[in-house]
Amino acid sequence: MKKFFGRLAFAVLVTVIMLYAVFPFYYAIVSSMKPASQLFRVDYFPSQWYWGNYVSVFREQPFAANILNSVLVATSVVALSLLLGVTAAYALARIRFKGRGLLLATILGVSMFPQVAVLSGMYSLIKALGLYNKLPALSLSYMLFTLPFTVWLLTTFMRGLPQELEDAATMDGASPWVIVTRIFIPLMWPAMVTTGLLAFIAAWNEFLFALTFTLTEDVRTVPVAIALISGASEHELPWGNIMAASVIVTVPVVALVLIFRRRIVSGLTAGAVKG
Amino acid sequence: MPDNAQRQLPESRTDTPAASGLEKTRAKTAWLFLAPTLVTLLLIALWPLLHTFVFSFTDASLADLSAYRFIGFDNYLQRLDGEWVGLLTDDGWWRAVRNTLFFTVVSVTLETIVGMAIALVLHQTFPGRGIVRAAVLIPWAVPTIVSTKMWSWMMNDQFGVINHGLMALGLLSEPLAWTSDPDLMMASVLMVDVWKAAPFMALLILAALQMLPADCYEAARVDGIHPVKVFFKVTLPLIRPALMVAVIFRAMDALRVFDVIYVLTSNNIKTMTMAIYVRQQLVEFQMTGYGSAASTLLFMIIAGCIAMYIALGRVRFDAE
Repeated sequence: MKKFFGRLAFAVLVTVIMLYAVFPFYYAIVSSMKPASQLFRVDYFPSQWYWGNYVSVFREQPFAANILNSVLVATSVVALSLLLGVTAAYALARIRFKGRGLLLATILGVSMFPQVAVLSGMYSLIKALGLYNKLPALSLSYMLFTLPFTVWLLTTFMRGLPQELEDAATMDGASPWVIVTRIFIPLMWPAMVTTGLLAFIAAWNEFLFALTFTLTEDVRTVPVAIALISGASEHELPWGNIMAASVIVTVPVVALVLIFRRRIVSGLTAGAVKG
Repeated sequence: MPDNAQRQLPESRTDTPAASGLEKTRAKTAWLFLAPTLVTLLLIALWPLLHTFVFSFTDASLADLSAYRFIGFDNYLQRLDGEWVGLLTDDGWWRAVRNTLFFTVVSVTLETIVGMAIALVLHQTFPGRGIVRAAVLIPWAVPTIVSTKMWSWMMNDQFGVINHGLMALGLLSEPLAWTSDPDLMMASVLMVDVWKAAPFMALLILAALQMLPADCYEAARVDGIHPVKVFFKVTLPLIRPALMVAVIFRAMDALRVFDVIYVLTSNNIKTMTMAIYVRQQLVEFQMTGYGSAASTLLFMIIAGCIAMYIALGRVRFDAE
């Protein structure tokens, strides 16, 4: 009997955790499929398949452009960070030189940087480079957090690879560049997928820089576009549109995260627990 | 951290002159490989940081960043018409500092407790565990702005599901204005942040739990020690290093919090954090000099908090 109640309590606990994790997003999906007139009633289940909000969110603002902007910025940030990160990680993980420990600590420090602490300096840099209200401004400024994080994570992963391969290649007279491109990158691709995915998510979600360094609707990224969807007044926010937009930009990320679940968890724990 | 992975290099490398030459070449290669990353970081991290620092001693305005005068410490503190003015005497700034510290302490504590509870549950074996472990990742995967908007809708005073649910359960007699009542704002912000970040905590704690040796639990079970005692005497001390690092990562995030609060309650003074204060001065009031002074103080306060935490908690980043 005691065992039965123990099990029951545990099952309730699991259900509560499950509901807590899933309900807000589920409720957003349900709300996104309701016409404005029905939004004022609370429903826990979808009553109809109504796609009007999904149409109007694209019609009432350049949301397609916003999505494209986010994809372009996040992809370019990931590509650049991985390219720079993998060479830097090779040096930090495999070569012993003076100042390596200090350098690693500095890079970890920069990855934890409060972005707002560099806001005015970054603003003036972007102005000086003529990038204000242009997408490259975001690509450049996002490297502030993706690059150190990529270097750190790839260094952690690269240290886990066997030394013998590299020694054998060195014996055969391979140059470091050949070692990196021919031996490490093929071995590292799972780590690079993980790191790239985490960097992509970070860039996809970024808000402060995107809000500050862009001005016009067509240059906005998705988070800024969603945050600034407005109605006739503060009390008439078009919640249907906001929920539809939220679902559109979240589904791909959630799908990616669930597909690469194991990799992402290993990446997060490698970055933090071992870090 | 630096040492554990420095595997034993073959002996010959350090003995012969040829080997030390090789070592030098390799060091040169290392710097060559690091150069693009270091140059990028100098440009986008160090330069803006220094520039912000320099701006804090000027009267620069966002409208024209090229025309400014150096005014010393006037942004921080100056005597004007017989009164002390400046950032250090600004009640708004200090309220933002207090809000940020309050938010950080409460949110990180709640996230640690909730995350720990979730991790302990997910560490058990039960049917459907894989699905629950996957579901727990969803809040982390949802972009912050989206999760804020979702909760904002759920907390809507007239049509929100939270008021509706709580009233149906008889816990509330009338709807609450979660996001516009000044007394509830901070609680609402905390609710959203905990929902988003507790799963992250849970994942890190779960990873630490999975690395624990099974034999001491076996021993405790055989000896019939109460699970609660096992948790406090065995589990908690063993996962403490991982927990401390997870807490520091969360605290860093909480100290610079901007997006959740900006979107949920805008520039309201009840929830205004240091980051929101800084951006308001810099962008909305166009006061680059004054805002940069606040930026600089923010940086020093965060660095100070982290240093204190590391010293007090004796966190070791190189612990394995």
